[in-house]
Amino acid sequence: MPMEVLPGPAGYIPTPAAFEGVELPAPGKALLHGKIVDEELAMREAAKAMLTRRNPTIFPGPLVLWGWNAGAMEKAKAVLELSMEIPNCRIIPMPDYRPKYPKIDPEAEINPNHPNLTILHNKIEACIFVGVHCHYANLSLRMIRAGTNCFTIALCAEMGHEDAMVSLRDVHAEEIRKFRDVLVQVRNELGIKWEPKMPPENPSLPKEEYQTLSVLDYGEYSYLLIPRRGEHVTETE
Amino acid sequence: MGLEYVRISPGFEKYMPKDYVDLVQYGQFGKEIDVQQLGQFKELVEEHPMCAGCFMAYFVRVFYASLPKPEDTIVIGTAGCARLALSQAAVPFIYGNYGDTNAVASGLKRALSIRFPDKEKDVVVIAGDGGLIDIGFGMTMHSWFRREKFTTIMVDNEVYGNTGGQESGMSPRGVQLKMAPKGKQFDKINAVELAKVAGCVYVAKLAPTNPKRIAKTVRRAILAARHFGPTFIHAYTSCNIEYSIPTEKVLEDARKREKQDFGFYEWMTDEVKEFFEELERKPEEVKA
Repeated sequence: MPMEVLPGPAGYIPTPAAFEGVELPAPGKALLHGKIVDEELAMREAAKAMLTRRNPTIFPGPLVLWGWNAGAMEKAKAVLELSMEIPNCRIIPMPDYRPKYPKIDPEAEINPNHPNLTILHNKIEACIFVGVHCHYANLSLRMIRAGTNCFTIALCAEMGHEDAMVSLRDVHAEEIRKFRDVLVQVRNELGIKWEPKMPPENPSLPKEEYQTLSVLDYGEYSYLLIPRRGEHVTETE
Repeated sequence: MGLEYVRISPGFEKYMPKDYVDLVQYGQFGKEIDVQQLGQFKELVEEHPMCAGCFMAYFVRVFYASLPKPEDTIVIGTAGCARLALSQAAVPFIYGNYGDTNAVASGLKRALSIRFPDKEKDVVVIAGDGGLIDIGFGMTMHSWFRREKFTTIMVDNEVYGNTGGQESGMSPRGVQLKMAPKGKQFDKINAVELAKVAGCVYVAKLAPTNPKRIAKTVRRAILAARHFGPTFIHAYTSCNIEYSIPTEKVLEDARKREKQDFGFYEWMTDEVKEFFEELERKPEEVKA
């Protein structure tokens, strides 16, 4: 009997769901709480979570955020369409996977190496992972299940993720639009009134005016940027 | 590929952190940046957890500003101080196991040349004296024997700074360190001569006191590696913690070492020399 994959906190370093008998679904099927079910049913449960739990958030990964091919850009468009239909939805991006030390801004981005910071800070109880490379999605989803009570939904372009509460497979732009239609249907059934609108913009700091900065703005450290007077690069050879 | 990696999907510009938007708009991707413009554009590496006054952090900063094509570069590092900053840069980074950086770089460079036959992809290894000349010695040398076309940069702090101050092969003779109380019994390894003998086509040694010179050397090493074979830069990047150098004296120390044993040295094969003469003459001809 495979384990039931439920929102956490499951405790420090939980056993991966794959080790507890959860298997990835065949094409056309999906995972709901670790069980293989019809895609439609999984979509409805995912939609219900995004519509009823607190602070629903979409975490788009690099495969969506960066327009590296036509498919990625189309998928990005579909993600934005989906976000418009979820009441009070937010978009917090995961632009890459590099570690962020000494600290990240949890309202502006999510980092796969410590996703719990962003989720706990923003009190997110339902989220969608889309466009995140599978190895980092696996890492993040397990950490989220370990330390938070967030309901995780993986819209995976490959085979899916055992550690997500709902995992859909082979998800591209077309399937995201199908999920959006299911979500609108569930929203109407639940009697939630919502006019589609774009989520709020990223709250990170305003950009610096690099054009107007000069070396002299760096004060006593400017000597690290420019050679001293009279100092020349000796010619080689 | 290449620059297409650094284009935000339409519609997502206002959802990206400003850091990334700035990186695309004001960063070095796809532009010719002069290192003296440092501070006037969005840099590839900004925040890092290295010690205050670390000269290696400064070298890494100038290194990134010197990359000829950052959008097509992959950096490889290993355990040691440099990787703390390297892994946080907006350039793909691979963490090799201790000692195997040059083996990883060899495979990567070959794979990239098969996957992108019509594209120039630069691979640069930046590791410390321990990673390259002590523990990674065999793999470093063999990558040079095989004439693998990538750049190796040794950021030499003359000590194992991360693990409490053990002596390395690059520590100077007689130096006393926390974990080498009797003083080092042997001479500093002559990495530059080894690189020349092992088949590097471009070899340089420097103390990073002059950003323009660092930039020129890094750029030359990468361009020579692209076309001819392995290249090597030996950079003195002092460890102000293990060698107890006060933060404000770090640059002074580098200048002192530059006069003593780290004077700028550059060597290249004849064909590389011809290549640079050709490459660096062109702008003058255009002006004339």
